[in-house]
Amino acid sequence: MATRWFGAPVQRNEDPRLLRGQGLYVDDIDLPGMLHAAVLRSPYAHAKIVRIDTQAASNLPGVHLVLTATDLGEVLEPSPLLIPHPALTHPRTQLPLALHEVRYVGEAVAFVVADSRYLAEDALELIDVAYEPLPVVHSLATASAPDAPLVHEDVQGNVAAHLLQSVGNPDEVLANAPHVIRETLQMERGAAMPMECRGIVARWDHYEQMLTCWISTQAPIPIRNGLAAIFHLPEHKVRVIAPDVGGGFGAKIMLFYPEEILTPFATMRLGRPVKWIEDRRENFISTNQERGQLHEVEYAFDDQGVLLAVRDVFLHDTGAYTPYGIIVPIITSCSLPGPYRLKHYASDCQALYTNKVPVSPYRGAGRPHAVFVMERIMDRIALELQMDRLEVRARNFIRPDEFPWDVGLVYQDGGPTRYDSGNYQAALDKLKLALDYDTFATRQAEARVQGRYLGLGIGYYVEGTSIGPYEGAHVRVEPDGRVFVATGVTSQGQSHQTVFAQIVADQLGIEPQAVLVATGDTQAFNWGVGTFASRAATVAGSAVHLAAVKVRKKIQALAAELFEASAEDIELAEGKVFVKGAPQRALTLGQLAIKANPLRYTYGESARTLAAMNLAAARPGPALPPERDAPGLEADGFYSPPHGSFASGVHGAIIEVDPATGMVSFIKYVAVHDCGHLINPLVVEGQVHGGVAQGIGGAFFERLVYDDTAQLLSSTFMDYLIPTAAEIPDITVEHIETPSPLNPLGMKGVGEAGVIPVAALFASALDDALSPWHIRIREMPLHPCRLHELLQEARCHKAVLPLATEKPGAPTENCH
Amino acid sequence: MKPPQFQYCAPGVLDEALGLLDQCGTDAKILAGGQSLIPLLNVRLVAPLYLVDINRVAALDYIDARENHLAVGAIVRQRSVEQSPVVRQRHPLLIEAITYIGHMQIRNRGTLAGSIVHADPAAELPALLCCLDGEIVARSSTGERIIKAEQFFTDYLTTTLDAREIVTEIRLPWLPPQAGWACIEFTRRAGDYALAGAIAVVVPTPAGTCQSARISYFGIAATPVRGYEIEQMLIGTTLDDAILQAAAHAAESLVQDDLSDIHATSTYRRALTAEATRRVLRTAWQRCQNRS
Ligand SMILES: Cc1cc2nc3c(=O)[nH]c(=O)nc-3n(C[C@H](O)[C@H](O)[C@H](O)COP(=O)(O)OP(=O)(O)OC[C@H]3O[C@@H](n4cnc5c(N)ncnc54)[C@H](O)[C@@H]3O)c2cc1C
Repeated sequence: MATRWFGAPVQRNEDPRLLRGQGLYVDDIDLPGMLHAAVLRSPYAHAKIVRIDTQAASNLPGVHLVLTATDLGEVLEPSPLLIPHPALTHPRTQLPLALHEVRYVGEAVAFVVADSRYLAEDALELIDVAYEPLPVVHSLATASAPDAPLVHEDVQGNVAAHLLQSVGNPDEVLANAPHVIRETLQMERGAAMPMECRGIVARWDHYEQMLTCWISTQAPIPIRNGLAAIFHLPEHKVRVIAPDVGGGFGAKIMLFYPEEILTPFATMRLGRPVKWIEDRRENFISTNQERGQLHEVEYAFDDQGVLLAVRDVFLHDTGAYTPYGIIVPIITSCSLPGPYRLKHYASDCQALYTNKVPVSPYRGAGRPHAVFVMERIMDRIALELQMDRLEVRARNFIRPDEFPWDVGLVYQDGGPTRYDSGNYQAALDKLKLALDYDTFATRQAEARVQGRYLGLGIGYYVEGTSIGPYEGAHVRVEPDGRVFVATGVTSQGQSHQTVFAQIVADQLGIEPQAVLVATGDTQAFNWGVGTFASRAATVAGSAVHLAAVKVRKKIQALAAELFEASAEDIELAEGKVFVKGAPQRALTLGQLAIKANPLRYTYGESARTLAAMNLAAARPGPALPPERDAPGLEADGFYSPPHGSFASGVHGAIIEVDPATGMVSFIKYVAVHDCGHLINPLVVEGQVHGGVAQGIGGAFFERLVYDDTAQLLSSTFMDYLIPTAAEIPDITVEHIETPSPLNPLGMKGVGEAGVIPVAALFASALDDALSPWHIRIREMPLHPCRLHELLQEARCHKAVLPLATEKPGAPTENCH
Repeated sequence: MKPPQFQYCAPGVLDEALGLLDQCGTDAKILAGGQSLIPLLNVRLVAPLYLVDINRVAALDYIDARENHLAVGAIVRQRSVEQSPVVRQRHPLLIEAITYIGHMQIRNRGTLAGSIVHADPAAELPALLCCLDGEIVARSSTGERIIKAEQFFTDYLTTTLDAREIVTEIRLPWLPPQAGWACIEFTRRAGDYALAGAIAVVVPTPAGTCQSARISYFGIAATPVRGYEIEQMLIGTTLDDAILQAAAHAAESLVQDDLSDIHATSTYRRALTAEATRRVLRTAWQRCQNRS
């Protein structure tokens, strides 16, 4: 069968609706009699709760319910530990409302339900909480200090987990190598900041004894399962719907956020629908964050620039709790080798508690850190040996004939870190051309003569995507000829309604516009996990494909019967089904769907047409013979990958730095990406563009700055700087396609890719632009003030940096 | 992020608004474009009992090119000023400063007067008013007074305006025809408040030296800052590199010592202020020479 839609730049099915303002987000849901909730949050990063007085709040007219921890009864349980791990020896998760102690600014303390959100917020001001402040752990440095205060009284040294992984014999190689360098590299916190914050509307239907929740989440099915267990309801009496979701970027894969339990609790208590919408101020202090890590890395290389061994000892800031286990640092640990043939590698990570918002994956999920470390290493090798930066990388690449490549580490899904396919040199060659790499040195020299400082940076990454355990899909032909597809993965902007439609369209011979894709509604599809880890298109897409293949077979079998032909001769094209060579005598898919239901009653135009056609009469015997086990043209498909597939890519950029002000602008940006077979290049490019923008934000604009009492100083969009269109350069995206052998369509994930190498690339470009001052970037994110400070230091010292232990200079004047 | 309860009043004539202020005093706040006030209400940093919306006072909606100055009524949007033909023709420096304010959507609502009264030290318009020795016309139920820019801004978001007064008009003097001018600023993103910025006007003699100069800064202290000392240094010079260097150096001392935040330490602000001085004077000087 000729593939027609797979791989084509099909316009998005979701756009006409979204662009006309017909999207439906949680806050658009307005039910009769609905009440509104607000959350009282801790103003302290660490404190004992001595007393809570809610009397005045409860007495405020219009207030229906005020909840504190002691009102929750058996629902007062720590949130489940989603992903346990043997190295996570001291997991701690959060209560829906804090009972005796708060451990970060923003932790939920009380929940108010009132006639309006305005009143609910008025009531919050009337709740009187007596806190007794405790010593605060505000940074990894404090958390790891010998006499550090403890975030959890019973967790010594604040160590939640200690994860050790190694391959080969790094100690020996490091001891005997010709060149060994040790550096400290640091990455600080940033956050997902989806345009739509979190939110939930919960409704208890007394007549149906059913709980329905609309939640802005990436994981409705796991939430449905959890709510059923928490509230002792059968799973089919809980429906969770993720309607249109305005961005998640990982932060919405977390469950349970307290409000996801408190809002259903309140609706069941009050018998009225309850809405809670997270505002931006809350989002800054209550939605999970990421990125804080401190790496002490030691690496060895030979005179040819071949990397021999790496020992990376790092601290990971996990915040106040570990709801999502240690997925982020595991990914960091496994992603560090990247595209290189690293045979000797030791990774030693401690996940430390701090009095800050808990950490769970945010787009990139530990990979930007790993790539930052590894790409800093590659640039340093080039610098030390006076070699070309790209040449050093080329010398270390895993070659195309070496796949599958076993990195030798256990990945986040518990399976091997085994690269299924790739062609790293091909992507680098494309990048070189697109950046006009060979002429850059000349351009740079010319610019310097005019006092302009250009720098070129690159960042290479390999990204584990498409992990299990599984996803599923249901495909059904409707009597009107349209095809209904349902899957458990949600969409928070990924274009599932388009790419899944393309996959089905190819099998059933229809246009993608004729396929209706339902995502994120537990009533529409009941099995699955969610959209995260760059897995939806690959894992759910494969399931959609398998289901569509089954439906195609059913169509062919039924049509063969009706046309008295053989199934192999049945063709599907342009919404019609016919015998090869005889398209004039065709049934529409809809007519066939009617025929697939052996009912006496038929309705409508199609039914009349069918009656007039000379089709084979029904066979005697049961209407549904054993070979047609069910009525209708529908099927479920499930796909469970053997292990993740590994996408890869390399980005390059040219920047200009103004050394007088530390201001930086991007002049050119190229991303070469390999996610196996592309379902839709437009969609892939969109994903990469968004990722790059987020990466540039994370490298140069967005910073979560905490003071030493762990108060967030950048807690509004005036201070947490999301780049706008004005700050993001045009981005050229080029593709390499090395298909994955692991799934039927040869796909790999792309969702997180764009963001991953940007910090590494930015550091690389800054080093290059500022090479006259011998600047070596060892921290991310940067900002002009800090860059200016680094330049000032370099201007003062003028000396070349020493090679031995090197740390990011302590900020001299509170330049946070 | 919802405001606490307040009473909303929308008078149609100025006297009614003044009467309301007279009754409510400090319990009332005037609402103009709302681009600064509404966020403050939403985060409950201000909680007035009364909100007096002056947007319906049609008498405050005018742009008037008078002999000595441009007069802008209190409810004129920044965007209307920006698009006004007379302003475009006769006050290009105002246009240059205004287009740095936020984004078009914000300028569509925000007023010139609102920005002046809000008195954010990092805002462009208060610094412009200081640079030009402009005036603020304020009315209360007891009468009208005219306040010089120099006397208006007293501290961070604080002015000498009385709670019972409404600013009715902003007066921006014209520049001499031979003057050169410029407004430049350093921001993290397009449309942000400035980390540091400067506005300058220089007037050349026919012989090509500097006859007079004005320079003011924003984002560097609790109020807009006029660089009087620098202005004096420039007179009689040709603004060569040495003079610009000296001016930049002098500008550093105008930066408030403890003005340090997560985006800029005072050291960094000093560096930016020095650089802004060099650039704004260079551009202003080039512009006036181009004219003659
Ligand atoms: C995203 C964003 C970016 C921005 N960026 C910038 C920027 O780069 N530069 C900049 O300068 N500004 C910026 N602003 C602020 C904008 O310029 C505001 O419009 C301006 O500061 C206030 O004008 P307003 O008409 O909106 O006043 P309002 O918000 O209505 O009022 C502001 C204050 O002035 C008082 N007030 C208003 N009018 C009068 C009057 N006639 N008499 C007495 N009191 C009065 C009010 O009571 C209130 O206290 C930005 C705003 C936003 C939302």
